Amino acid sequence: MVKEVMTSNKAVAEAVRLAKPQVIPVYPITPQTTISEYLAQYVADEKIDAKYVKVESEHSAISAAVGASGAGVRVFTATSSQGLMLMHEILYAAAGMRTPFVLADANRAISAPLNIWNDQQDSIAQKDAGWLQIYVEDAQEALDTTLMAYKVSENPDILLPSMVCLDGFILTHTVEPVEIPDQEIVDEFLPPYVPEHAYLDPKDPMSIGNFADPEYYMEARHDMDVAMNNALDVIQKTCDEFAEKFGRKYGLVEGYKTDDAEIIYVAMGSLCSSIRVIVDELRAKGEKVGLLKIRSYRPFPVDAINEIVKDCSKIAVVDKNFAIGMGGALYGDMKLKIDKEIYGFITGLGGRDITPEALNEIYEITKNGPENDVTWIGLKEE
Amino acid sequence: MVDIPDKNLLAPGHRGCAGCGASIAVKLALNALGENTVAVSATGCLEVMTTPYPETAWEIPFIHVAFENSGAVASGVESALRIQGKDDVNVVAFGGDGGTVDIGLQSLSGAMERGHNMTYICYDNEAYMNTGIQRSGATPFGASTTTSPSGVASFGEDKPKKNMPMIMAAHGIPYVATASIAYPEDYVNKVKKAAETKGPAYIHLHQPCTTGWGFPSERTIEMGRLAVETGSWILYEIVDGKFEITYRPEERKPVKEYLAPQKRFRHLDDELIEKIQKYVDAECKELGL
Ligand SMILES: Cc1ncc(C[n+]2csc(CCOP(=O)(O)OP(=O)(O)O)c2C)c(N)n1
Ligand code: SF4
Ligand SMILES: [Mg+2]
Repeated sequence: MVKEVMTSNKAVAEAVRLAKPQVIPVYPITPQTTISEYLAQYVADEKIDAKYVKVESEHSAISAAVGASGAGVRVFTATSSQGLMLMHEILYAAAGMRTPFVLADANRAISAPLNIWNDQQDSIAQKDAGWLQIYVEDAQEALDTTLMAYKVSENPDILLPSMVCLDGFILTHTVEPVEIPDQEIVDEFLPPYVPEHAYLDPKDPMSIGNFADPEYYMEARHDMDVAMNNALDVIQKTCDEFAEKFGRKYGLVEGYKTDDAEIIYVAMGSLCSSIRVIVDELRAKGEKVGLLKIRSYRPFPVDAINEIVKDCSKIAVVDKNFAIGMGGALYGDMKLKIDKEIYGFITGLGGRDITPEALNEIYEITKNGPENDVTWIGLKEE
Repeated sequence: MVDIPDKNLLAPGHRGCAGCGASIAVKLALNALGENTVAVSATGCLEVMTTPYPETAWEIPFIHVAFENSGAVASGVESALRIQGKDDVNVVAFGGDGGTVDIGLQSLSGAMERGHNMTYICYDNEAYMNTGIQRSGATPFGASTTTSPSGVASFGEDKPKKNMPMIMAAHGIPYVATASIAYPEDYVNKVKKAAETKGPAYIHLHQPCTTGWGFPSERTIEMGRLAVETGSWILYEIVDGKFEITYRPEERKPVKEYLAPQKRFRHLDDELIEKIQKYVDAECKELGL
């Protein structure tokens, strides 16, 4: 094991090197670009024995990924924002065809207006595609989650692709110390991919991606729902196994000072680090507050969330995305699945700074009882 | 003549129209390629008629993902096979004219430019047949389709066919050919050459469609022949940049003989037919036919 200072993009590239995918079709886009550059260099330097497919678009990146995964190998791709939007159609196909590869998304706002900075609208817009979505808080978690994602996706009870979501710039371009695990231990944790359901071998022909009429379509989609629910258990078990091997603990969710909390923030990704600081400050003032970090957004871990929020009185969901006219996606899902007093806050869109004042304001509003179900925080005064 | 293999690699009993030229196109190609082949298909008549879940007509490995991406899917398949050391497996991608010259052009262009060792076959029935005979960039001048209909103020499609084989040739790939299902020997020979080519190969296959063109199902091959005998479709190949006609009609027939039996051209008056004849003459002259 070595420790190095690196960005989350480098951490993802290191995880990919350790996971040994055999085909890597990628197309650059800010702020994902350095992932595709690192991987190109690793292949050029024979640090990875993979075919790097220099595709002409994200649509082709994901299409080639499905083709390669269908042909039976481990595959990696990465993108962001407009690129993920361009992939949209094939994201659904990848999940429906049960091709269990991993995509890293450097979370970035969606045009228009054109904006290259961070929010989570891009991956949230793909939340129903049938992909597992894990949001990470720091570079170490980006590396570890990428490794775990392969193990979960390739599990025969899952066979759905995984999206590792890391906040653009905040993580992708910020350096932190990261422990890089040894290859031998990674190999033990993540053995080679040996698919039994999808491979294109002339010695044993199969057709994949068939046309299904009303007699068959619903069952195929229902099977995906079963697999997504199975993933709750498999993610937790994989995290446990990871902790045993590498000593770092993860779960579907993480509670921070939630045991006796009356008000709980709920958030995903790097924002959780900022909220931890605010929780500490508020605690110092005697406020009973905590943070629920959602790591696994898909599958949505209802039981694990309930376990943490069961005794609190109010929940403040902080979304860096929103469905126009409706509020944030995480807020919507919490309202649908969790029987509590829940308020939604939209902030940090297109890279707008989420200040400590903003987070304090969210707490104050929640404590006093908001005027609206959904409140925008950090809008400029007219 | 073409050998009939012991095993049909595209099983009969698929759901195409009677006399469908698309299934003939694939059967002949698979005869030439043999069992050690992986096939990719774009969405279209071919995919829909051959893979009704849980059945499949394909006796070789087959993958379909979407309409516009068979070039990219084949790139992924090819990369995965090669990195596993399976260098001897043929990769063939099929796309309709819509999936190739329109919506799939970018994906195909990327695949060709990257030099994947694969064969792409465009089965060109000159419209979007699967969705009900809408025009494509490969629909010929004067053809009436459901989105380029003839009418009081319209004679049908008002632009000539996009010259896709030459677009592919401009990519500098080692093998480009045109073919027709009505000339199976020529076609099969070209598929074999394409498969033997190291690197990307492109075959643009003319494929008469009974339903879309409006002729009786027993005349499929005849239509293909008339297209070539009139010079409306020219059979050639471009090997490492060298252009050669592979079939010369003894005496070029008037274009009218090809147009007349087809419903899609029935509305054309003599003046328009003359215009098409002139267009065909110019094309033949340019290619040296
Ligand atoms: C992105 C997308 N747009 C449109 C369609 C609808 N569609 C399916 S097949 C097809 C036409 C296929 O035409 P072509 O490629 O010529 O093949 P053919 O059916 O004629 O064999 C269309 C428009 C689709 N499946 N996907
Ligand atoms: S519409 Fe044409 S191409 Fe499609 S199945 Fe029928 S004959 Fe074949
Ligand atoms: Mg067509």
